[in-house]
Amino acid sequence: MNVAKTIRYGAWAAVAVLVAAVSAVTVMKFVQDDVPQAATVQIGGPFELVDGKGQVFTDKNLNGKPTLMFFGFTYCPDVCPTTLSDMQGWIENLGPKADDLNFVFVSVDPERDTPDVIADYVAAFDTRVVPLTGSVDQVKKVVKDYRVYARKVPLDDGDYTMDHTAAVYMLNGDLDFVGTISYQEPEETALPKIRKLLGS
Amino acid sequence: MKTRALLVAAALVAFTGSAALAESIQHGNLTIKDAWTRATPPKAKGGGAFVTITNNGSEDARLTGAVSNYAKRTEIHEMAVNDGVMKMRKLDEGVVIPAGETLELKPGSYHVMFMGLNQPFKMGEELNVTLEFEKAGPVDVTFPVMKMGAKSGKMHH
Repeated sequence: MNVAKTIRYGAWAAVAVLVAAVSAVTVMKFVQDDVPQAATVQIGGPFELVDGKGQVFTDKNLNGKPTLMFFGFTYCPDVCPTTLSDMQGWIENLGPKADDLNFVFVSVDPERDTPDVIADYVAAFDTRVVPLTGSVDQVKKVVKDYRVYARKVPLDDGDYTMDHTAAVYMLNGDLDFVGTISYQEPEETALPKIRKLLGS
Repeated sequence: MKTRALLVAAALVAFTGSAALAESIQHGNLTIKDAWTRATPPKAKGGGAFVTITNNGSEDARLTGAVSNYAKRTEIHEMAVNDGVMKMRKLDEGVVIPAGETLELKPGSYHVMFMGLNQPFKMGEELNVTLEFEKAGPVDVTFPVMKMGAKSGKMHH
C-alpha cells in the first residue's frame, strides 16, 4: 500500500520538477530573445580613417558589405605578413565571391605607417586589401571602438615596437562584430567562416 | 601564360631554396640548418629570419646575437601570441639551446629580427647573417629568401 503511494508521489514529484525545468528554460529563452543585448560589449562602429592615397575613408566606403579587418603595422616581421598572405589566399579561394567582401588592413602605428608606406606594404600582397591609417587620434578611436589591443613598447635606443591584437575581425554589412579568425587559423576552418559571413 | 611562367619561376626558386636548406653547418658542437627568411613588401621596415640549431654537446649553448648589413639593427627576438595579442621582445640575454636539444627559430616564436631594413628582401636572394654564440663564437649562415608571407622554408607545407 505504502509502497504504491510512495511511487505515485514520487512520479508526481518528477513531473513537477520536469514542468518547472521546462518552464524555466522557456522563461530564460523568452528573456534572452526579448531583451536587447545590453549586457554584451559593443565592438566596432563607424570610423573615419585615411586610405593609401591619403583620402578620407569611412565605414560608408565599405558599402554595406561584410568586412574582414586586420590591425597591424609595417614593422611587424611575422603576424602581419602571414595574415596578409592568408588574406590573399582567401581572396584567391573565394574567386569572384571575394568582390562581395571588404578586406581591410588598419595600421596601429600611424606615426610610422604613413599612407604611402602602408599602401605599398599591403599592395605587395593583394591590391584588393584596403590599406588604412590616419592621424594618431583617428587610429586611437578605432582601436578603442573595436576593442583592439595595441600598445607601444619602447626599445632601448628610442625606437619602439607594437604589441597588437593578432586576429582578423569579421564584421557584417551593418558593421556588427560577428567573430574572429585567429592567427594562423587553417584555411579549412577560416574559409567556412568567411562563406558563412558572406551568406548572412 | 604569365601565371604559368610565374609558377615555373616559383618552383625554381623553391627548388634552389630547398637545396640551400639541405646544407647544414657544423660549428663546434652545434649543427645549424634549415635557415630561411621571407621576402618583404616595399617600404617594410621589419623582417624575421628563422633557423634550426641542434646542440650536440653536453653543455648548454647560448645564441647571444646576430649581425648583418641589412638593417639598422639585427637582434634575437621572441614573439608570442597570447589571448590573441601578439607580443614581441628583444632577448637581451639571447636564447639557450640546452645540451642535447634542438631549438627551432620559427614563425610565431624565436627569430632573428631585422629592425629598420635598408632595402626589401627579394624572393630568390640569399642573406648572409652572422650568428653569435656564447662559447662557440660567431658563424656565418646563409638564409635563402622565400616568398612573402611564407610559413616555412620548405617547398610545400
